Formats: sequence, structure tokens, C-alpha cells
Amino acid sequence: MVCDNCHERDAVVNLTTIVNNAVRQLHLCERCAAERGVETTVATPKHPLGEFLQAVQQQSLPAGADAGRCTFCGQTMKDFRETGRMGCARCYTTFESSLRELLRRVHGGPRHIGRTYRPPSDARVEKSGALGELREKLRRAIEQEQFEAAAELRDRIKVLE
Amino acid sequence: MLDLSLLPDGGVRWLDASGQHADVVLSTRVRLARNVEGYAFAGRAREGERLRVLAQVREALADVSTMPGSFMVRLEDLTVTDRAMLFERHLVSRELAGLEAQHPLRSGAAVYLSDGLSVMINEEDHLRMQSLQSGFELRAAYAALDRVDRELGARVPFSYHGEFGFLTACPTNVGTGMRASVLIHLPGLVLTKEIGRVLAGLQQMGLTYRGLYGEGSEVVGNFFQISNQTTLGRSEEELLDQLIRVVGHAIEREEEARRVLLRDAGYIIEDKLWRAYGTLRYARSLTFDEAMNYLSGVRLAVGLKLIRGLSVYTLNKLLIFSQAAHLAAAEGRSLTESETNLARARYVRRALEEEAGAVG
Repeated sequence: MVCDNCHERDAVVNLTTIVNNAVRQLHLCERCAAERGVETTVATPKHPLGEFLQAVQQQSLPAGADAGRCTFCGQTMKDFRETGRMGCARCYTTFESSLRELLRRVHGGPRHIGRTYRPPSDARVEKSGALGELREKLRRAIEQEQFEAAAELRDRIKVLE
Repeated sequence: MLDLSLLPDGGVRWLDASGQHADVVLSTRVRLARNVEGYAFAGRAREGERLRVLAQVREALADVSTMPGSFMVRLEDLTVTDRAMLFERHLVSRELAGLEAQHPLRSGAAVYLSDGLSVMINEEDHLRMQSLQSGFELRAAYAALDRVDRELGARVPFSYHGEFGFLTACPTNVGTGMRASVLIHLPGLVLTKEIGRVLAGLQQMGLTYRGLYGEGSEVVGNFFQISNQTTLGRSEEELLDQLIRVVGHAIEREEEARRVLLRDAGYIIEDKLWRAYGTLRYARSLTFDEAMNYLSGVRLAVGLKLIRGLSVYTLNKLLIFSQAAHLAAAEGRSLTESETNLARARYVRRALEEEAGAVG
């Protein structure tokens, strides 16, 4: 079937228009359909990461930039290209120069300007960790009916709390 | 067996059709991605690291007051049907539920659930916190989540970089780590073929759309999930403002399209939508896509007041409870595809029968 509009190309779109209760069928080629503002498909867009990884692959890296290895988790840029994922927080520092331009391209903005964050002080984290450990010990002591040890642990927890 | 009755309304209160524009916007979701300092991200971490993350977060969450009545579920302790049910209720991601071939279930995968809020542990990021609300409620959803984020972040050190913001496994989430999305039903724009222009417009605004189940899922039943595409270079407030503006505009366009449809093609539309209702009411076998499409039609009819006496809440619940894992759980056994289609038609029929007396 040829396009009802240009009478040249093959019709691929059935356009149903309804005007004053009258139904009209139009068979259009992709181009004429597009001119009328009809999308031929309502497809799910590709994952943004696809474009991101493409950008990674196309990026001309300075010599040696690829050779680095994250000292914390051992990830390389090659791993990143394969998985699209960073290995740990340290990777962002290790590969900072390669990432900066990519992040700008993907996000538009290069810098975080949202909520700022300050991690809790070490003392508080340590206290929280220590408390967890003590509570765990207390639970085990009670389970094993070691009541003297349990009482001592409970006192230490109280002090920390 | 997972007891979802521990949650108010089984964790699907986000379907209760409260909130702004609930006939067009099913739900609002905001999620924040965070990682705990000192461990490799979940995908690269060793089992021991993931378990330590779980223990540390568990300890901290016990003191968090902004998630009252929450309880934890270890995904490893659940059957595949229960994990799929959590996914179908939008309470965990497909990846966390271990339903993806390329991402088998991770040891240490867990989720904290409370009314409208959840925290996934050891997903792609150590923490994926989400707030889920009925209707168009972006600010309320974000505010509830922000409180949990601040309280938890004061107890557990999050990975944060002065220039790049909150650090995430995937660089597309870095910065705010926030993805705000709205699940919206746009049959009017699809029927009037306006949808292409609206979707192209929102992509130009730095927003994106997906199907009912987010990333990689197909658009079915005219349900679109609209969300911010980028997370770096704009603040949480700016990202939310823009989404609110664009979705507000889409709602107006949808309402306009519905008016046009009623005015120019009243009886054609009315006939088409009642046929959808008739099919749901009497069909003996329904595929998921069929059910979605007919439910979309009935939902539009209810919105246009062509069908009265049927609640949006019932339609919302049908959307979720007619999915494969829910049907299998209700039948108490695993079902083949054709058995699922039979069970789905039976379930939909019964649910509509209950309200049939009032429908007209």
C-alpha cells in the first residue's frame, strides 16, 4: 500500500482521525506521519547508561590513564567499560580525570550542587559499632545463660549509651 | 512464607488512590542511592563485606525514628514467589529480588519495609531508600525520605565527594543519588496521538520515561513512568520542581485530550471502553498485556465518568494483584503460563463482580 499523502513511499502507519464523530483512516509512510507529528513507535528509550558507555569507549584517554588500578578494590577502567559500574568510592578519586568529562557529558552539570553531607564523626560511628558488638555479645550471653557476663555487658552498654 | 500483612495494607497503600490527581497519577516514588564508606560497592564486595554492611545498617536503623514499625526481610530467606511478589508490589527492585538472569540473588540482600518507606540493602548500591505514595505527591514523598536519609546518614558514614556528591556504583546516579518518578496514565494522549510530542518534549527537558516497572520495561496499558534523567549539577529541589512542572503540564494535556475525545467521538469512545469492561468482566483467559490494556480502558472510563460505581482503588489493586506471582501465591502453587492466564481472568472477574451491583 502506498502512502495516502505523498503517493510515493510505502505506507507503514495507520492514522485514525476522528472529527465530528466521523472516523477517517489514513495510511501514511514514516516521513509523512512524522510531518504530522505522529511517532511511529512509542518505544522505551534506551538505558542512559548505553549512551554513557558509548561515550566512555569513544573517549580519547590520555596515554597511561587506562593503566591505573584502584588501590582499594582493584578495579580498572577496563572493568568499568565492561560492567558500567564503579567498584568502590575510591574509584572516583582514582579515575577522577577520566570521569570528570564523562560526568559532565552525561549529566550536563559537572559539580554536585545538591544537599551537602558531612559523615558522622569517627567517635560516633565507633560508638555505634561498639554498641552493636556489645549488644550482640549480650544476646549470646543471655542465650547461653551466662548471667554474670550478661550483667557486666549490660553495664558497659549503659555507659556507652 | 512472607507475611506482608505486617505492613499496613500489605505495603500497597500507595495504591489507595489518595493524593493529588489520583485518577491520572497512580503513584509517586522518590529514591536515594547511598553507599557506606569503607566497603566496595555491593557488586564488587565480598560476601563478608556485604554482611558487615547489613549489620552496620541494621544497627543504625534500629535507632532511626523516621521509619516507625519497620521490619527487615532477608531476601535469601524467601521463596522465589515471595520475592517476585515484593517486586510486583514495587517494594524491591528486580535486581535485589534476584529475578534477573545476570544478577543472581546476592548474599546479604535485604529490605526494611515500613508504611510507604523502604530501604533496600546490598542492591547495586549499599542502600537504596525509597518513598512511595499514592497520587501526585512529589514533595511529600521527598520530605519523608529526606528525614530518613538525614537520620541514617548521621549514624552511618555515606560515601561522599566534594565535587561529585554522593557516590554510586553507576555514574548515572552520582550527585544527588536521587531518582524521582511519577507513574502516570495517559490514554487520552495516546488515543489522540499527542503522546509522541509530549514524550519528546519531556526528553528535551532532561526527563525520561519508562514502562510500569522502570528501567528496561515496556510501556503497557498507557502507563508511563516519568523521571529525572540526570542527578549531577542540579539540586534536589530543582530536579523536583522541574518534574512537578512537566508532569503538571502532562496532566493538563491529558485532561484536554480527554475532553476532545468526549466531544468529537463520544459514542465511539464510550462503546470502546464499555467493551473493555465487558471483556474483563467475562473473559475466561487474560494475558498480562491484555489485562493491562483493558484496565487502562476501564480506568479512562471511570475518569470520564462514563462508568460509575467502580473505585480507582479497585482498579489499582487489580493492576498489582493480577500479576503472575500474586496469582501463584493466591492459588498456593506455581502456575504454567496458560494456568496463569486462566487464574488472572478468574481473579479479575471475581473482583469486578463484587462491585458489579453499583456499576452503571
